[in-house]
Amino acid sequence: MSEPLTYSDEALRSVLAEARTIAMVGASPNWNRPSFFAMKYLQEKGYRVIPVNPRAAGQEILGEACYATLAEVPIPVDLVDIFRASDAAGAIVDEAIALKDEKGIRTIWMQLGVRDDGAAARAEAAGLEVVMDRCPKIEFGRLHSELSWGGFNSRIISSKRRRTRIA
Amino acid sequence: MSETPKDRYGFETRMIHAGSQPEPVTGARQTPIFQNIGYVFYDTDHAASLFNLQTFGFIYSRLTNPTVAALEERLASLEGGRGATCCASGHAAQILAFFPLMEPGDEFIASNRLYGGSITQFGKTFRKFDWRCSFVDVDEPENVRRALTPRTKAIFTESIANPGGVISDLEALSAIAREAGIPLIVDNTMATPYLCPAFQWGADLIVHSTTKFLSGNGTSQGGCVIDSGTFDWAQNDKFPALAAPEEAYHGLVFAETFGDMAYTTHSHAVGLRDLGSTMAPMNAFQTLLGIETLSLRMARHCDNALGVASFLEQHEQVAWVSYAGLESSPYRALAAKYMPKGAGSVFTFGVKGGYEAGIKVVESCDLLSHLANLGDARSLVLHPASTTHRQLTDEQRIAAGAGPDVIRLSIGLETLDDITADLEQALKRAAS
Ligand SMILES: Cc1ncc(COP(=O)(O)O)c(C=O)c1O
Repeated sequence: MSEPLTYSDEALRSVLAEARTIAMVGASPNWNRPSFFAMKYLQEKGYRVIPVNPRAAGQEILGEACYATLAEVPIPVDLVDIFRASDAAGAIVDEAIALKDEKGIRTIWMQLGVRDDGAAARAEAAGLEVVMDRCPKIEFGRLHSELSWGGFNSRIISSKRRRTRIA
Repeated sequence: MSETPKDRYGFETRMIHAGSQPEPVTGARQTPIFQNIGYVFYDTDHAASLFNLQTFGFIYSRLTNPTVAALEERLASLEGGRGATCCASGHAAQILAFFPLMEPGDEFIASNRLYGGSITQFGKTFRKFDWRCSFVDVDEPENVRRALTPRTKAIFTESIANPGGVISDLEALSAIAREAGIPLIVDNTMATPYLCPAFQWGADLIVHSTTKFLSGNGTSQGGCVIDSGTFDWAQNDKFPALAAPEEAYHGLVFAETFGDMAYTTHSHAVGLRDLGSTMAPMNAFQTLLGIETLSLRMARHCDNALGVASFLEQHEQVAWVSYAGLESSPYRALAAKYMPKGAGSVFTFGVKGGYEAGIKVVESCDLLSHLANLGDARSLVLHPASTTHRQLTDEQRIAAGAGPDVIRLSIGLETLDDITADLEQALKRAAS
């Protein structure tokens, strides 16, 4: 096993704050799969999530058309979220690197349990931000205190009052 | 990307702040008591997402409540775990801890020196669920290895045993649990996370009676189960509740969907949902207040306990003192290893004159309170054989360190000289 990865809260906050459109590779049309949970949650938080999955291409998932490959996604994508096994991640990362300028991709995010250090190094060398072995739903919830509602350790300590005003 | 250490803040800071950011709507700095049951849904789709466990949020206070959640996060932070589930009492926490692990006919191994109430709960009441406990002397870890069977689902011990001043060899027990592919559960009630960081020594789950030192004033019943988040529930086929499809959630697999949050999610969404042993928000609030001063209190508890134990050890009417903080204790080395800041404040001693003299000492105290609790700011005194350990057999009582001559003390925060003076006069009266 390689060393566990650590990412600062500030870095994760800025990745999640800057992204608007997420391509979710491996999104499932089955309402009881983890990727469906994450997609639904991220949509609720205001992200546009485009599902990418060759086996569901042509279908709609949560109101969005599903595409077979990243290249087919017809709109700019800020973040590519990889919901596939680690051994499938490298090829998706290489595709994202090739499409980086065309699609405006800034971040590669590999889901909880998904990690490919070689692919991460290639993406970073191409100027992309990389997060591995994390779930954007869990991290968003953690950074916005929602994870704490379930009794989880957010590791966040703050004496600041959060403002309620238009962004 | 830049890296952050696991915990940016120290233990004392987390005692006060973890789980308690200012309430966002009002700015209230202290955690409010959410004396409330239902939580408004935005719309039916939001309600569906919540019931499907697809989003975070409150549904109904039997499952989660904001005040209780603040305490859960604080305890998870102090123990260094991933998540926590609070419940109505320490005993409720023990049922809740085993609930995701055990199927009817399954077994676990527990120390034979547990709190008497736990021995009764495991040995008698758990049998009604067909959960089978074998009690062994864990001082010899090989006893545990020998008691393992294919149906053993966990090993359970207390970091500091109640009432005996006995310390468990957590590292040795954790090695056996790891080899067997089962979790080590540690009752850390008597040590608290301030004295014993049990996850660092290999515990996978920690249970607490928060009734004791955590709340600290003898006001609020409560319990908690904390998950380290590091046990792999899918490593074998022993834990179907966590690693096989759950029918009540349409075939969802907790370990797959929730990863290192699976155990705590299950404890709320299935455990509290169906066992219903929820902690009251008022008790969570009192316990949050107590924890704000935990380190200060525990240091003083330990200082006073060592002072009283040393006083008793010199006393001519005292036959023996069992406190792991004393040089004379056979558990001194284990205490120095697992709880270097102190061996807690609950211990036993034997009065010369046995049962009769013991009862007289207890009844002669004017400052120490004769009652069945521990971990209070007040010093407490008890005769276990006639009270907390009454349901046990003679043999079990001796094994548990609660024989006929045994007096249990829970040393509080009063002036040390006043505590020893009260014991001095009580011992004198018992001798006359
Ligand atoms: C070590 C230990 N564990 C568990 C319990 C049970 O806790 P509760 O009384 O909160 O149910 C106690 C209570 O005395 C205890 O001392």
